[in-house]
Amino acid sequence: MRKGSIRLIAAASVIALAITGCSSSSDEAANTDTEFEIFTWWASGGEAAGLGALVDLYKAQNPETEFINASVAGGAGVNAKAVLESRMAAGDAPDSFQAHAGLEVIASYAAQGKLEDLTALYQSEGWDKSFPADLIKQTTLDGKIYSVPVNIHRANVLWWNPATAAKAGITKAPETLDEMFADLEKFKKAGVKTPMVLAGGEGSWAMAHLLDYVLVASMGPEKFEGLFSGSTSWTGPEVAEALKVYQRLLSYGDKGKNSFGWGEAGAAITKGTGGFFIMGDWASAQWQNEGAVLGTDYTFAPGPGTVGIYQWLSDTFTLPVGAKNRNAALAWLKLSGSKEGQDAFNPLKGSIAARTDSDLSLYDDYLKSAAADWAKDRLVGSTAHGVTADNKFMASMNAAVGKYISGGAKDNAGLAKDLAAAQAAVVK
Amino acid sequence: MKVPGTKRFSTKLGGLLFVLPSIIAVAVFVYGMILWTLNISLSNRTSGYVEKVEYIGLKNYTDLVVDERFTHALSNLVKFTVTFMLATLLAGFIMSLLLEKGIKGEGFFRSFYLYPMAISFIAMGTAFRWLFFNEKGEDAAGLNLLLRSVGLGFLQNDWILSENGAMYSMAIPAIWQMSGYVMALFLAGFRGIPDEMREAARVDGATEFQIYRQILFPQLTPTILTIFIILGHVSMKMFDLIVGINGKSYGTQVVAVYMWEATFDAGNQAKGTAISVFILVMVALVVVPYLRHVNKQEAYR
Repeated sequence: MRKGSIRLIAAASVIALAITGCSSSSDEAANTDTEFEIFTWWASGGEAAGLGALVDLYKAQNPETEFINASVAGGAGVNAKAVLESRMAAGDAPDSFQAHAGLEVIASYAAQGKLEDLTALYQSEGWDKSFPADLIKQTTLDGKIYSVPVNIHRANVLWWNPATAAKAGITKAPETLDEMFADLEKFKKAGVKTPMVLAGGEGSWAMAHLLDYVLVASMGPEKFEGLFSGSTSWTGPEVAEALKVYQRLLSYGDKGKNSFGWGEAGAAITKGTGGFFIMGDWASAQWQNEGAVLGTDYTFAPGPGTVGIYQWLSDTFTLPVGAKNRNAALAWLKLSGSKEGQDAFNPLKGSIAARTDSDLSLYDDYLKSAAADWAKDRLVGSTAHGVTADNKFMASMNAAVGKYISGGAKDNAGLAKDLAAAQAAVVK
Repeated sequence: MKVPGTKRFSTKLGGLLFVLPSIIAVAVFVYGMILWTLNISLSNRTSGYVEKVEYIGLKNYTDLVVDERFTHALSNLVKFTVTFMLATLLAGFIMSLLLEKGIKGEGFFRSFYLYPMAISFIAMGTAFRWLFFNEKGEDAAGLNLLLRSVGLGFLQNDWILSENGAMYSMAIPAIWQMSGYVMALFLAGFRGIPDEMREAARVDGATEFQIYRQILFPQLTPTILTIFIILGHVSMKMFDLIVGINGKSYGTQVVAVYMWEATFDAGNQAKGTAISVFILVMVALVVVPYLRHVNKQEAYR
């Protein structure tokens, strides 16, 4: 019996050790990383195609490294950011992840000590000359640069179907909000099912995106930027006016009362059942990926009221503190920042390169015009995509808009109050 | 020399050692984590910016009381829970009444009604997301199309997107899934009542209705209690079904979904853990008295 119990003790303690003992991760300092894991929310369509092109280049350059593509679907990262947050909290950071330039990189990640300083990489690659200085500033905290921008997207783009517009008697793109409303009336009279296409699903981010555009269009870029610097009040008359415009726009759709993601909703444009759609220019890549043709199935213009204004956002890649395959990640960042990498990625992703020296002949007509506008327009950051807002504000803004919509788009004052509270909760 | 009790002692010790690993694992991963959660919920870790972590007492909890988002989620949860529990109980009870007499093909119907249980909430949520499509008339799909094609077009509505009925709609898939299980529990309850009782009542001249009303139903009280506990704790923790159907949308947000948003989207760990503790206490208030009751009963046997 005695012998037996000793055996039991031994067995039990082995099991207990196996359960309680934390296995320490092996420290691979060698420069031959056999794995590389990238974390994005580009899981389908043009986004996945763009990432795929970059991945192919990477694999060709790093044949020894196994590539792990960890993507979590959901526009604007509505699902991915939560997964990333929990992985980082658990000390299981991917080797590189996608984050928007602006407050998202600076406040949500860099300021919290989650990212490595990449200033040295910028110097060795000469990137301080290849990226616009204003863009680098949006990934810089206390003089240190924390991420590598791969592209520039435009958020304030108006999309419509030329055939549907012709049917409704619309011959030119609306340039002001008033012209837009006049055209929406024409769509309505012509029997177009949804004059204003709205995407209420995916945690309401696309509705927040629309509001973001309306704010710029209604109050202009200076007042808009003041919302985040504190010089414009969220509960003031400018926002109240903008919310009236927003409310009026929603009345031309189903008030956002639908469970569509932007992809499902946007199909109304290419199918000809919808009038206008405000969405970032990734829509163009998505539609081309689905076989639609620019100019025939859909066309574009700057959002009415924001002609000459480029509301931008930029996807960047980072190097998280504690990345297991640091060298593989550095190779990825070098590729992402290179001319070759950006010109492979962007034509498919539907964005222009962040670099100033990209080869425009590779890009379609929309992107050529976007590149021209990027060079001359007044630039203003996107809130719904992390330039002027951090993750916390974005989550609150999505919820506030969702609340407004689920209440039937009636309580403008309540929406303004919720947005003001979200701004007040942002720690500078 | 023989020491009395050695054998007994070593057997006991051996037994203890056998269960020790699971005791340690449960202690660390269940109770340890609960304590850790409690610990964070008392601190000021409201964002990743906080540099100096301090204890701020119950402030996170008192903040919840006045947080309109939280009370909204809680009222959604109450609507969902009440609808779900009552409707499931009723549906399961009616089904069990129909099957209770030992009709032909009982085995088939029993598994037929029980099968929805085999589907995960998340898979069902994805399917119901489409069934709850809110387009009406010509463009109707899912449930609205069904109603339209059977001539009940006037019943078409916005389902999970409607202003007041969202949570009641949300309860439909949950009711559909769990009522078969409730039926099985009721059936077991009915079967536990000896046939002699019915026969005795019949001999005394009781009608069929009286037999159910006076003899059978009162004896189902423990079953009903069990069902309430099971449905109650499933409902209060509800997360996957809701997220599967309508994501994190405000209109159908319940407490667990708000916890997820607060913790991971907004990065407010203190608030998220406070909500978690709230859910834990809420469930414990239901489950713990029940477990004590059951344990006492078992001790008598």
